[in-house]
Amino acid sequence: MDYLATLSPLYAEIFLLVMACTILIVDLFVTSLGKTPTYLLVQITLFGCAFLTVSTYQPGIVHLFNNMFVDDLMSDVLKLLSYLSMSMVLVYSRTYLMVRGLFTGEFMVLLLFSLLGMMVMISASHFLSLYMGLELLALSLYAMVALQRDSAISTEAAMKYFILGALASGLLLYGISMLYGATGTLEVNAVSDVIARGAADKNLLVFGLVFVVAGLAFKLGVVPFHMWVPDVYHGAPTAVTLLISSAPKLAVFAFVMRILVEGLQPLLVHWSGMLIILAVLSMAVGNIVAIAQTNLKRMLAYSTIAHMGFLLLGIISGGLDGYGSAMFYAVVYVLMSLGSFGMIMLLSREGFEADNLNDFKGLNQRSPWLAFMTLLLMFSMAGVPPTVGFYAKFSVLQAAVSAGYISLAVIAILFSLIGAFYYLRIVKLMYFDAPESHATISVQPGSGLLISINGLALLALGMLPGSLMSICAVAVKQSLLLP
Amino acid sequence: MILGFSLLSVAIWLPILFGVLIMATGGDRNAPLARVLALLGAILGFIVTIPLFTGFDKTTSAMQFVEIHDWITRYNIHYHLGVDGISVLFILLNSFFTPLVVIASWKVIEKRVAQYMAAFLMMSGLINGVFASLDAVLFYVFWEAMLIPMFIIIGVWGGANRVYAAVKFFLYTLLGSLLMLVALLYLYNQSGGSFSILDYHQVAIPLTAQILIFIAFFMAFAVKVPMFPVHTWLPDAHVEAPTGGSIILAAIMLKVGAYGFIRFSMPIVPDASRELAGVIIALSLIAVVYIALVALVQTDMKKLVAYSSVSHMGFVTLGLFIFNSYGVEGALLQMISHGFVSGALFLCIGVMYDRMHSRNIADYGGVANKMPVFAAFFVLFAMANVGLPGTSGFVGEFMVIMGAVKVNFWYALLAASTLVFGAAYTLWMVKRVIFGAVTNQHVEQLTDINGREILVCSILAAAVLGMGLYPLPFSEVMHVSVSDLLVHMARPKL
Repeated sequence: MDYLATLSPLYAEIFLLVMACTILIVDLFVTSLGKTPTYLLVQITLFGCAFLTVSTYQPGIVHLFNNMFVDDLMSDVLKLLSYLSMSMVLVYSRTYLMVRGLFTGEFMVLLLFSLLGMMVMISASHFLSLYMGLELLALSLYAMVALQRDSAISTEAAMKYFILGALASGLLLYGISMLYGATGTLEVNAVSDVIARGAADKNLLVFGLVFVVAGLAFKLGVVPFHMWVPDVYHGAPTAVTLLISSAPKLAVFAFVMRILVEGLQPLLVHWSGMLIILAVLSMAVGNIVAIAQTNLKRMLAYSTIAHMGFLLLGIISGGLDGYGSAMFYAVVYVLMSLGSFGMIMLLSREGFEADNLNDFKGLNQRSPWLAFMTLLLMFSMAGVPPTVGFYAKFSVLQAAVSAGYISLAVIAILFSLIGAFYYLRIVKLMYFDAPESHATISVQPGSGLLISINGLALLALGMLPGSLMSICAVAVKQSLLLP
Repeated sequence: MILGFSLLSVAIWLPILFGVLIMATGGDRNAPLARVLALLGAILGFIVTIPLFTGFDKTTSAMQFVEIHDWITRYNIHYHLGVDGISVLFILLNSFFTPLVVIASWKVIEKRVAQYMAAFLMMSGLINGVFASLDAVLFYVFWEAMLIPMFIIIGVWGGANRVYAAVKFFLYTLLGSLLMLVALLYLYNQSGGSFSILDYHQVAIPLTAQILIFIAFFMAFAVKVPMFPVHTWLPDAHVEAPTGGSIILAAIMLKVGAYGFIRFSMPIVPDASRELAGVIIALSLIAVVYIALVALVQTDMKKLVAYSSVSHMGFVTLGLFIFNSYGVEGALLQMISHGFVSGALFLCIGVMYDRMHSRNIADYGGVANKMPVFAAFFVLFAMANVGLPGTSGFVGEFMVIMGAVKVNFWYALLAASTLVFGAAYTLWMVKRVIFGAVTNQHVEQLTDINGREILVCSILAAAVLGMGLYPLPFSEVMHVSVSDLLVHMARPKL
């Protein structure tokens, strides 16, 4: 009994695994198209996970399983946000997938397994558990991208994702093996200690670090390791794109924090230089190439690349300001991304994908409310106050300037100016142009309500961003034991 | 205090709340309701700002009507409002213009009335926020947020080339603003973690940093003023904007840039301001002379007035950067006067455009024969634009020229040339549009202005004449604040 009690930080993960397996079986007996019982069960599972995470909260940092697993405030916050975004993904995508015949039990079970992967990534403090979580997430996502198996473009995207993802995993694993060779351990904290003592071979470490950073860059989707992002975002069913662009970003953020900041902090001088290059290239390529896109999903893919560059800027700046702002940026990005892809699905209907820029023409005349929500989303992405996107950029820039990276901050704002152009273009299409089609937009009550909450949340958080900022800062501070 | 809220908060949030309310009225079926609500909100918005003027203590340069609350504690950001003799007049000017714009657009705007009126009211509140903010982040939020309604106004209700103009307007101003943001973040670190503008006034900054900050501020404010050579968005935006948009753009939004120079550049980086004053003065004089010549060759009335605005705003920046009380007070008076005059001129052009659907000077001629009442107003405003003594235009220009003489004779001479050029382009336009024989049958069919238009024109005419004949109420409000600013600026801050 005592042993079970010590496992309490893991209850949410265990519960999720059990439920995912149960749902897999239960779903066999659900034949209705809407899959209502399965759907409700999944939502209940997510709610149960949230309940368990909150109720098993312990102050401080708890290590379990010989330091394979760590439970701290940052992981709790990120997990709660992951449950929330997964639940939103389900609400947004239900109708969209239903009319395409894709709202199957597999989708939901894979979604739960990918969430489990993310949770393992968020809470791992050992290179092996980190890798295990990453692979669980990635394998679930590969399958989900290929969900629409009779679509050539989806299959191509899945293939590309799988091959490049496997390559990235290989790189990462190779880098990890180098680190193991140099330090003789795989525990994140122990690696950090060994390096800090100077007991490891510097050359070997830096050699391994290059591969680790390359692997991470693949997973983050930053330039020059970004090639899979536009194709996968474009090719996957929009519901899956929504999933990929939401909670996994939180998990990858945690992943980067655990490996680079906790594990390889003594090598800061080496990896921060690499990250600077990645960040600047991402902001440049992401923002400039996005201008040339006519497909909204591709455009948002490039915008993601640019946003990830901005997020890296926070990590580069370091310290409480830097890591706190990067986490805040990740959370805000997920919120914006959920809304944007949710909007595409909301405007799509049977046999029609609203993923072309021209599909947004004259939206203000067809549905002023949805147009206004998209306006909020786009201005938030562009970082214009009073939306929360501004504070995300603000806090990262603040960290960069106070860390002395003023020129980097100026570069970042120049590229976000370029970025503002393509977000503005959406607003222009919606408000200034005449609609191309007058087909009525039928909004499901659930997703319609959710998109309103999502859009207004951007505005409300923009008016009062203080609490979310403080949560992120406190989480990072306690988890990394920052002064 | 109104119902426990401070005056400035009410001046900001009341129009915004009305904006939300108007949006909620929905489609064009409810257009009459939207109009009435807009007028009500605009008039209430003006009434609540009157106590700011009547209750204003003219003997101090300290901030008045101050309100301060914690906002984002993580970065020590406050919701901090207050006005001094420099900013209070602009809040009044802005709130004064909002009802006029609503009345001027009463019948003209027919599609998406609710959104149009809502955008104007929200913008009015946001602009009040810009003038009242004493926290840099709060200022920045209002400063950027007001771009959104203006972008929509130009883009939705504007003329043929509106999309180009709207996007150009937005991107130009965003570039400047973002650089300003970096400067503000630098100051945050330099001041030991404060975003208070008043704290920034006291922070010591080395000269190189001062110059970089000055440049960043300059990019933000010069675009808004607009100064030569970053003025090119203005003619496009003006020409394409609907009448109400042009009025607010000319009367209020341009003032925001000059206000930024007074509130940020001059007191925060005084040494760099002195160091670079020569550049600003040169750019101002180029604007005064060269842009006046550009105005002379325009064939489009709105473009002509737009260039005339750039030329007049050159006067403002000139007055600010000669650093004496004549110059600065003259610049402030010129800003207010230019608000009245350019607003009135755009309104008049709008009146003609509504009837003829043309802004080309060549399409008009002999309008006075058909619209005598209108012609009287138009000539009055044109004379004010020229700077005829007795109109508001004279006071500011005269003071700036007086200030300039004290610094350098040649500055004054070049600045004074505007009296000639201004007269040339304005009066020539008046001659071609208003006087002479009726040139074509479209003019023949013109009808004179109606009661609604007469009301708006009379209010503006009264303002123009009143300020021209008796400018004391305006200048005495700003006097102490300006002289303290100049004393503050004279002290090195390195």
